[in-house]
Amino acid sequence: MLEIRDLHATAGGKPVLRGIHLTVKAGEVHAIMGPNASGKSTLAHVLAGRDGFVVTKGEILYKGRDLLAMSPEERAREGLFLAFQYPVEIPGVGNTYFLKNALNAIRKHRGQPELDAVEFLALVREKARIVKIDENLLNRPVNEGFSGGEKKRNEILQMSVLQPTLAILDETDSGLDIDALRVVADGINGLRGPDRSMIVVTHYQRLLTYVVPDRVHVLAGGRFVKSGGKELALELEQKGYGWLEEKAGAAAP
Amino acid sequence: MTGVLEIRDHFQSEFDRAARKLPGFGAARKAAMERFAALGLPTGAEESWRFTDITPIAETAFKPVTRPGDPARVADLARGPLQACQIAFVDGQHAPRLSRMDLPAGVTVEPIPFRDAAIEQHLTKLAPVDGRAFTALNTAFMRDGAYIRIGKGVRFDTPIHILFLSTDRGAPYVTHPRVLIVAEEGAHVSIVESFVGISGVYLTNAVNEIAVADGATVEYTKVQRESHQAYHVAALQVRQGRQSVFKSHSIALGAAISRMDTGTELAGEGAEVTLNGLFEGTGRQIVDNHTFIDHVSPHTTSRELYKGILGGQSHGVFDGRIMVRRTAQKTNAIQASRNLLLSKEAIVNTKPQLEILANDVKCKHGATIGQLDEDVLFYLRSRGIGLADARRLLVHAFASEILDQVSVEAVRAQLGGCLFMMVH
Repeated sequence: MLEIRDLHATAGGKPVLRGIHLTVKAGEVHAIMGPNASGKSTLAHVLAGRDGFVVTKGEILYKGRDLLAMSPEERAREGLFLAFQYPVEIPGVGNTYFLKNALNAIRKHRGQPELDAVEFLALVREKARIVKIDENLLNRPVNEGFSGGEKKRNEILQMSVLQPTLAILDETDSGLDIDALRVVADGINGLRGPDRSMIVVTHYQRLLTYVVPDRVHVLAGGRFVKSGGKELALELEQKGYGWLEEKAGAAAP
Repeated sequence: MTGVLEIRDHFQSEFDRAARKLPGFGAARKAAMERFAALGLPTGAEESWRFTDITPIAETAFKPVTRPGDPARVADLARGPLQACQIAFVDGQHAPRLSRMDLPAGVTVEPIPFRDAAIEQHLTKLAPVDGRAFTALNTAFMRDGAYIRIGKGVRFDTPIHILFLSTDRGAPYVTHPRVLIVAEEGAHVSIVESFVGISGVYLTNAVNEIAVADGATVEYTKVQRESHQAYHVAALQVRQGRQSVFKSHSIALGAAISRMDTGTELAGEGAEVTLNGLFEGTGRQIVDNHTFIDHVSPHTTSRELYKGILGGQSHGVFDGRIMVRRTAQKTNAIQASRNLLLSKEAIVNTKPQLEILANDVKCKHGATIGQLDEDVLFYLRSRGIGLADARRLLVHAFASEILDQVSVEAVRAQLGGCLFMMVH
């Protein structure tokens, strides 16, 4: 599904990622954990194709293709999805209208017929029930005036509707209370399947109690300093990141 | 034709030749022509024309229209959902074949009857020619246009469509359409005025006068889609009585150079006005909007929002002046100019102005100039929406604040199809 080889990237001219290696197979859920400013969000944005991040070395293969050569919309149409840490508000663009445009752009790319308004509404209502999004939020402009939790659930709603093959969740758990966290986790788990891979970027272990990862990687100083199974997340919860950051510091040139 | 002096002589000799045949208003025409001769066409030296260089207009020998335009050539443009009640003009002349209406008692829609004493109370009385060369020219040369009267207490729900179609006549020509709208006490009406041309060099020099009597409501929607080689200069002057409501949506899309002057006098206590505008520039278009809201009486309210969307090397102008006279206590005025630049070469000049002479008022104004938000664009693209579609979506969202307020659904639908073709 995804193969990252020796990825180096800068953000605003400063080196942030310094040699990332990662292989995600179909159906796997990988958690990327790490302290603040370790490069977690940079990695998520590089994968989604955000301007302002420059890859200085390395390559990323997605379904065997050169991901870095693709525009953000091409990546999305090929099934890549980024759930944003800070979803933007878009005044004047209705939530449903936006999502219908997105889904139909993707369907068109796949050679599937576009959904009409009635078909789409039925679909989005069903998905909204699952992530417990109030129906009036569907008619409001995208994220405008949404609470923090509503914005995160709206990301999960978009993911459920767009049915990506590789979902990257960038700190989707941050700022959520425990009830919202469970709703979001249920939404994510509902999408797990043999053909869908996920990268869950998080600072804390608590989301991983609900969304149990296959692999856990610790990012510090722009590279993975430790990888392991789901138990690594628990170890981090107990010991913090300090011991690994020291290790990263010692390893840095 | 090489400049302002020549064009003055040009119009003067046209006037000398045509004056005897022009219908009625002899004294007003003569006075207006004298005014024009004294003023000449405006130049950049005048404050209100500082940003809009009309040299291309001054350097073109526009001929008057002597033979009628061929309605068959533009008949397609005259069809559509607004044709239920429509008065159409082709190259400035009334086109009965493209007009139709089924009017109840108390509603008049007809070619302007210049020799009818009924219109003397308002025609040429509302739109001043002082300092306004183009209005003076229109007043001197006007010979066709629309007259709409809604009688006392009459509510007419069908939108009345005034349609000015311009054909490509091969050589530059000028028309001076004149519109008079009288809404009597308590009347209620919605009027849509369209200027449409596909190609051709011409100058539309339009003047509208609208009298909104006590308690009357007029919604006025203007859609300017002239040929991109054409020039469009228009003045709209409104006078509002007590508790009257005037709501205007001015949409400017076409013409190489367009200039729209909109003015309203809130003459009666409790009068309310909404002036909304949406203008779009592409290529090298110049689109200029001037507005003047004159709060004369107490408890008057104005809401003004003009939005500009400018791409290519286009140049947009918004100059909005609000005057609150000493007599206009308890005025409530809000004015905003919002502008979106889609390219590095596009320019907008915005100049909101408040002059407050009363001491018990609520007024505020503001202006913004911005670009499409990169974070929002990326968000849309990250969901599979292509860059061009994402830009279009955001431009549409920017415009929707104006479009959503247009109550005539047919206009909203039509604009949805022709707006933002320029967004790539």
